[in-house]
Amino acid sequence: MVERFPAIAVLLFLAASVQAAAAPSLSAVVGRYSIMTPGSSLFFAVPAVGGPGITGRFDRFDGRIDIPASSVEHARVEIIIYPDSVATGQKRVDDFLKSNAVFDTANERTIVFRSTHVQRTGEDTATIVGSLTARGRTFRETFHVRLAESGRGALRFHVEGRVLRSRYGMDVGTPIYSNVVDFDMNLAFRRR
Amino acid sequence: MIRNTRAGYGLLAIALHWTIAALVVGQISLGLVMLRVTDQRLAFDLIQWHKSIGLLILALIVIRLAWRMANPQPRPLASLRRWEKTASQAVHRLLYALLIALPLTGWALVSASVLGIPTLVFGLFLFPHLPVGVSEGGEDFWRLLHGSLGFTALALVVIHIAAALRHHFILHDGVLRRMLRPVRRTKA
Repeated sequence: MVERFPAIAVLLFLAASVQAAAAPSLSAVVGRYSIMTPGSSLFFAVPAVGGPGITGRFDRFDGRIDIPASSVEHARVEIIIYPDSVATGQKRVDDFLKSNAVFDTANERTIVFRSTHVQRTGEDTATIVGSLTARGRTFRETFHVRLAESGRGALRFHVEGRVLRSRYGMDVGTPIYSNVVDFDMNLAFRRR
Repeated sequence: MIRNTRAGYGLLAIALHWTIAALVVGQISLGLVMLRVTDQRLAFDLIQWHKSIGLLILALIVIRLAWRMANPQPRPLASLRRWEKTASQAVHRLLYALLIALPLTGWALVSASVLGIPTLVFGLFLFPHLPVGVSEGGEDFWRLLHGSLGFTALALVVIHIAAALRHHFILHDGVLRRMLRPVRRTKA
């Protein structure tokens, strides 16, 4: 049976594994962190049969990790993506992705992920399970996280995940374009 | 009954004619609608159908031309005047040329598109792109050519249908009828 930890325990563990010189103190990690957009990137890719597929990124997103000292089991991770910031390098593709066929940005302003629990998978890795809400539909999704850097009140995570877009009413183009969206994110957080 | 004779069309030529006719009318309608719908999801799906139907038309036209070359060409009706024969022949040739050129220019348009959307024919198999340069300019050129040929084909189809109806309802000759009933092979 896989042992499950509250989010704070895993975050502490991940931070400790990177800070090789000295184990971080509780006060060094516990706190509230906000995402640093300039130091972060949020890429996605949708493979296609016999073609290059679609790769792109979101330029605007927010996020935070709240790690309360008194109640570690209530640690929370939240990522908010603004889909109207999608950028693929091709305006027509961007417009299509923003249209009602995919993100419907005229009516849906955000895509939100909120963690529900964290599961340790290695020395500096974990999976974060949570609810992803897009176009008014919410499903449980899992992302694989690796702590890439920590220290001086900052944390940096590399996050990967695969999401089935059909569940969110975004299955246009299948089976030409894969139903699976691969996410590849580098998320930097700074203590608030 | 399957093959043409000098007296009239056989079953296969007639079947190919009406199948292609239905597909062409549907294809032109689809082409006009798919560029005007505001629902982008629907537009994407309609464009994929347009691509698949275009390739089907191209395949059927090749079969029809091969069948035409392998069969006797029915004699024009004796009641036709000289200008009618000339006009009929010109419209038929132009229609054949357009029905080959339209799928080819559509194929080139898809191949030149910077969007690089693959063609999955009727969702069954992948169809390769033509080796044309991928660029916005190239895509615009093929789109303009494909659209212009499409409207030309639409005009010719209208002329073709109008001429057939004229023969049937005004002149009361057998021009339309012989594209409805296959000729029976008479014993020599």
